[in-house]
Amino acid sequence: MNHDTAADAAPITSADVGDAARLVAFGLQPKLLPARDAEYADLIRRHREDPRFAALAAAVAAGLGLVVLEVSPRAGMAVTAGEDSVFAVRMGDYARRAGTESADRFLHGLAHLAVAAMAFPRPEDLADDAYVGRLSVHGVDAFVRQACRRLEERAELRGEISDPEVDGPSLEAAWRVYARRSATGATKDARRLAASTVGIVAKAVAFLVDSGFLQRVSDDGGGTYRTTARYQLQVRDTAGSAAMSELLELGVVAVTDGSPSLLAAAVDGELVPGAGLPFHGV
Amino acid sequence: MTVSARAARPGELPPPAGPALPPGAAHPRSGVTEEGLARRLKALACTAPLHDLEARKANLAGEYTVYAMAELGLAAIDLVTVTMDFDTGADHEEIVGRLRPRVAAQAPGRDPAEYERVARWVLENLINVGSVDRGFRAVYGMWTREGEYIRRDYDFKLLEEVPGPDGHIFLRATDEAINVLVGALDTDVTSAQIAADVKLDHLIRRGRLAEARFAAEQARYRTVQYAESLRRALDATRRNVRAVDWLRAVPDLIDEAFDHVADRYRHENAILINIRRARDEAEESERKRGAAELVDIVQDCIRRHTQLQTRLMEAGPLFRAEQDRQAFAAPSTRTGLDLYGQLLRPLLELPVGDARRVTDRFFAAGTGLRTPVAVRLHDLTEMLLTPPAPRDHLGAELPEPDVSLTPDDSRYSERQHDAAALLLDIPPETPRRLSGLLAEAREADPDLGYLVALLAFHAASPPVGTALRQGDRTLLVAVDDGTELDDPEVGGADLIIGTAVLTGARPEPEGPTPG
Repeated sequence: MNHDTAADAAPITSADVGDAARLVAFGLQPKLLPARDAEYADLIRRHREDPRFAALAAAVAAGLGLVVLEVSPRAGMAVTAGEDSVFAVRMGDYARRAGTESADRFLHGLAHLAVAAMAFPRPEDLADDAYVGRLSVHGVDAFVRQACRRLEERAELRGEISDPEVDGPSLEAAWRVYARRSATGATKDARRLAASTVGIVAKAVAFLVDSGFLQRVSDDGGGTYRTTARYQLQVRDTAGSAAMSELLELGVVAVTDGSPSLLAAAVDGELVPGAGLPFHGV
Repeated sequence: MTVSARAARPGELPPPAGPALPPGAAHPRSGVTEEGLARRLKALACTAPLHDLEARKANLAGEYTVYAMAELGLAAIDLVTVTMDFDTGADHEEIVGRLRPRVAAQAPGRDPAEYERVARWVLENLINVGSVDRGFRAVYGMWTREGEYIRRDYDFKLLEEVPGPDGHIFLRATDEAINVLVGALDTDVTSAQIAADVKLDHLIRRGRLAEARFAAEQARYRTVQYAESLRRALDATRRNVRAVDWLRAVPDLIDEAFDHVADRYRHENAILINIRRARDEAEESERKRGAAELVDIVQDCIRRHTQLQTRLMEAGPLFRAEQDRQAFAAPSTRTGLDLYGQLLRPLLELPVGDARRVTDRFFAAGTGLRTPVAVRLHDLTEMLLTPPAPRDHLGAELPEPDVSLTPDDSRYSERQHDAAALLLDIPPETPRRLSGLLAEAREADPDLGYLVALLAFHAASPPVGTALRQGDRTLLVAVDDGTELDDPEVGGADLIIGTAVLTGARPEPEGPTPG
């Protein structure tokens, strides 16, 4: 390491560029933490102390098509793939059926969103850096099912007919697609039924473990996991806002005063008054 | 035409008191009739899988036309519903096993493997294993209020597979299945329950046992359904207090359920007394048997109420604990995005085509990165050319275990133990003195005396509880009546040893089954 010799006037050497690229390379191994690797920890420290090195690392990352979320001892060099980066995950590569079947594609995406919602159930949890979320595969499935059931009950109450038209499968309400998919199913080889919702959630969770976003805690509830700092960053800074802006484009959430903060949607009379809950009802 | 009649009154306010219908509304195309029609079509669709079983049995390879598949299907749904509990459902294998006798009865004298196959086929078809959703779909059409004819998909399940807490898969009968099964299509749970009660009471008083039995079973299905809705609400609360309306809906449900339990308790106990009397006074054996079965059903109902009541009592504390945990955690000064309220829930309401755009974005931005795998051509060719490794079905060879013989250090041989057991096999009516037994034992084998003495001492404090649990019929008992034992080898009391016959090894079910 030559970071202790770095002076303001010293020109950038190829060794500096090599170190910066090394730091980015560490960032590409999401399961690796600075606390476990002395060289990684050294580079993180150098990143914090030497602004020129930090700029260099950012340039290397940008050149590779990576977005830097945070560089810190707890999360390491947290980078994520830019939209058209070679590192980005494509839905078609993720699940074979999801490439062609639109319902499956939706369910796989929804599973990822539901895992995040279960991991950070309240807004504060997502904002609080020290928060560690816990979730289980069965819990996520049951959580989404409950939300679907509430919507079903509400549709019934309003006398809406939720059965989709035969000619317009893409007009079917999203909750119905989830609700009618079987939760689980017996298979001949005692493995999880891949097309069931529990199977889809389990796949999402396993994928997130590989991404260094979740850590397996136990086998309870179909597998119980806790979140990592990197996952919180990813959901908070990238995924959540990306999905929100898409939802805004669809005109679902009306942000009245144009302020950038995401305000709670207008609660349509379902506020639970006096119940002591700081939340609106479903 | 209805269409034009409606179009002509756009500015008119809707009639204040519901059924003051305009002249055209009585026409079959009016909304109310259409909804009723749709409901009946759906109810009809729920029975289609059962008819389908009958229709498709001819296509099976083999002589399966003799089986009444619709009957088996209904029986399977019946079995699952009755086995369904507060927490769990029915096990696949258990249902297949309990369905088999009925299958066998339909075609006696065939291969038992065939019965198993038929039972499994029926069960799998009720789950609809072949489809992605594991459910059924029917198409029905209806006029909208705007006068447009639209065909819609109706999706339903009869048996659904749910994950159990320990990773097992359970079967549960859906509401649709229960409705089809009890024949009360599209009815309210509570009112149906009351109706069943009244009917049951009435039938018993009139001595119509067969019908009373039907009504009792109906009452039990309704009870299961009740417990099921409560279970869902409690489960949801445990996960997310927000997801359940604890201001009105759940307290109402709990109050209602408490009233219901209290009411049913009184009612069913009264019924139980009635049927017991009917059972005991019955002359005909068939009638006696019918009444006895009814007793079982009503007892099962009472058991289920107790279970429901326990859950109800836990509901309040559970809510408070969950509220503390979920809502009153130290508030953070910063707020973030409410993933559930702002993203997940609004998204679920969207049409799936739009919702998919949002989930796609979340997926693309939320999965992180993957370092692309570059294939080395060299490795690829090698992999492609390598013949597949022969798969050994037996698995790896087990190493021969290295067993060393432990020296036989027991004092008495197997033969001596047998001899002692034979000697102590005393008929229940004729207990013997230890001294006599010892003398007889020593005659056969000088060493045997000590073994018999040891066994006798053991019998002085017999393990009655264990014997009862094991369901043993007899037990060796030794009693000291104060007589001294005069023996060169062992000292103490000259025990009286006898065999006790154990009665009531298992607690008998209440009330002997007559007939």
